[in-house]
Amino acid sequence: MKPAESKVKILQGKAHKFGHDINTDYIISGRYKFKTLDNKELARHLLEDIEPHFYSHLSPGDFIVAGENFGCGSSREQAPLAIKYAHIGAVLAKSFARIFYRNAINVGLPIIQTDTENIEQGDELVVDLVKGKVLIAKKNLSLTIEPFPSFILDIIEAGGLVEYFKKYGGWKKNSV
Amino acid sequence: MGKTIAEKIFSSHSGKDARVGDIVICDVDFAIAQDGTAPLAIKAFDKMDKREVFNREKLAFFIDHSAPSPNKEVSSLHSLMRDFAKKQGLRLYDVGEGVCHQLVVEEGWVVAGDLVVGADSHTCTYGALNLFSTGVGSTDLASVMASGKLWFRVPQSIKVSFKGKLATGVYAKDLALYLVGKIGARGAVYECIEFSGETIQNLSIEARFTICNMAVEMGAKAGLMQRDERTKKWLGEHSRKNFQFVEPDKDAEYKKVLEYEVSRLVPQVARPHTVDNVVPIEETEGIPIQQAFLGTCTNGRLEDLRIAANILKNRSIHPEVRFIVAPASKRIYLEALKEGILKILIEAGAVLVTPGCGCCVGTHNGVPSRGENVISTANRNFKGRMGNPDAFIYLASPASVAASAVEGKITDPRRYLQ
Ligand code: SF4
Repeated sequence: MKPAESKVKILQGKAHKFGHDINTDYIISGRYKFKTLDNKELARHLLEDIEPHFYSHLSPGDFIVAGENFGCGSSREQAPLAIKYAHIGAVLAKSFARIFYRNAINVGLPIIQTDTENIEQGDELVVDLVKGKVLIAKKNLSLTIEPFPSFILDIIEAGGLVEYFKKYGGWKKNSV
Repeated sequence: MGKTIAEKIFSSHSGKDARVGDIVICDVDFAIAQDGTAPLAIKAFDKMDKREVFNREKLAFFIDHSAPSPNKEVSSLHSLMRDFAKKQGLRLYDVGEGVCHQLVVEEGWVVAGDLVVGADSHTCTYGALNLFSTGVGSTDLASVMASGKLWFRVPQSIKVSFKGKLATGVYAKDLALYLVGKIGARGAVYECIEFSGETIQNLSIEARFTICNMAVEMGAKAGLMQRDERTKKWLGEHSRKNFQFVEPDKDAEYKKVLEYEVSRLVPQVARPHTVDNVVPIEETEGIPIQQAFLGTCTNGRLEDLRIAANILKNRSIHPEVRFIVAPASKRIYLEALKEGILKILIEAGAVLVTPGCGCCVGTHNGVPSRGENVISTANRNFKGRMGNPDAFIYLASPASVAASAVEGKITDPRRYLQ
């Protein structure tokens, strides 16, 4: 992997902890899914069915931290969009549902697969996407993450697949 | 170390030695979108500053999910698709031509060895033809429309092999439901299921589609099958494209190898509200039903209609049941007409609706009422799937659906097949 000249290589924020199997209906309820044009409006309803007023407790750059199978359910792209437009820095989970994983990268939302067991609600985290480390500042504990291949970092950095295509005019040469 | 079918297809389409876990950019042989996903893909494509799709021979659009349109909002999305398809010279299958996943195979768009994506989760159906096909999101599809390529992570494979001959009254659908029940709804997340064994070899290609169609209900990225003489014959009859079969290497590495002996399998039913809530039919027998649905990309094919007609001949549907039938394509509709199948179904009391998705996804054509039970040949029974979160959906084979429609309650079809 070549070193990435990433702008999004270091992320910092507070952890908001959730459990396993957080499905796309919880992330953004079907009640709002047809308002696809207004992502900011979607963001205001993020995860509200399992945590009322979640959006109003967020600071820009905060993290969603979850267990297994985050994003299971339908293929709706509104789920990662709502998270992104709520200014979440990244989602950290033990595992992700497949189509959510793709959609998140394609809309420019960083997702991080790591053992989230030791992260607690409110922990301050520093995520280094290039070195592949999550630092729990207070506990002086460091978790390893699978670093993104440089071409996926390119997509995230560009702000998603649409912007990536605009920037490079297609798939970047020799990107994988 | 040898390669699985999936690793071989990703290698040939990326030009690399693709192994489990690698991320590769691949050439895509064919891509589709339907009326629920194409509009968003068109919007993303337009934002990508591309004027033309990469290759108009390798893309097709389908209007099947809400067809004919039930309201003006959907109508305008259909118009958006038609305008785009016309401008780009794309093949668009309009209202009444059928369900996307049936048309893709029936019209010979895909062949063995292909890598196919579709903005619809049941794109995995075509794997029965010895190819890799998987569902993606709308932005993914837009990037394929723009470039002909897409990134993939090469999945691990699970090998599932079935031994034994299915008993009378037991079908591919029962086998698929049984497996979903065994493996569970997240038992194969990210993985590719390679099906094999004598039971599969004894099934028609149509019945094999039913099995691959439900791979996604176990979380799988794809379900695919090895080739045999039937695959070769079927492809020869349906497609003019050249193809090459893909065999797994003898020393290919599988995450798991599962073997099932199924000669004593009985008809299966998935109870509300998850597909893996599967039991032998006797545990649900007697549950009253108000609606029965025969159709979808899982079980709306000619042999499915034939199985139902065989049970319904000289019988009638229970007076308190609505029996809705949606042939999966116009061609199937016409063949069923020619064979006299439709006459039998209609005389028994069935309601024929437009070839397409029918009432599968709750957009039109028969939304159940509050508290009602539906028995359906579809692949999903999630709460609200058919348009009403207060209804209850049971999934079963065409035979079980037909027998239940006659009795007005869930019924073991074997009683009608002596
Ligand atoms: S028939 Fe049902 S499952 Fe198949 S494509 Fe249509 S809506 Fe989806």
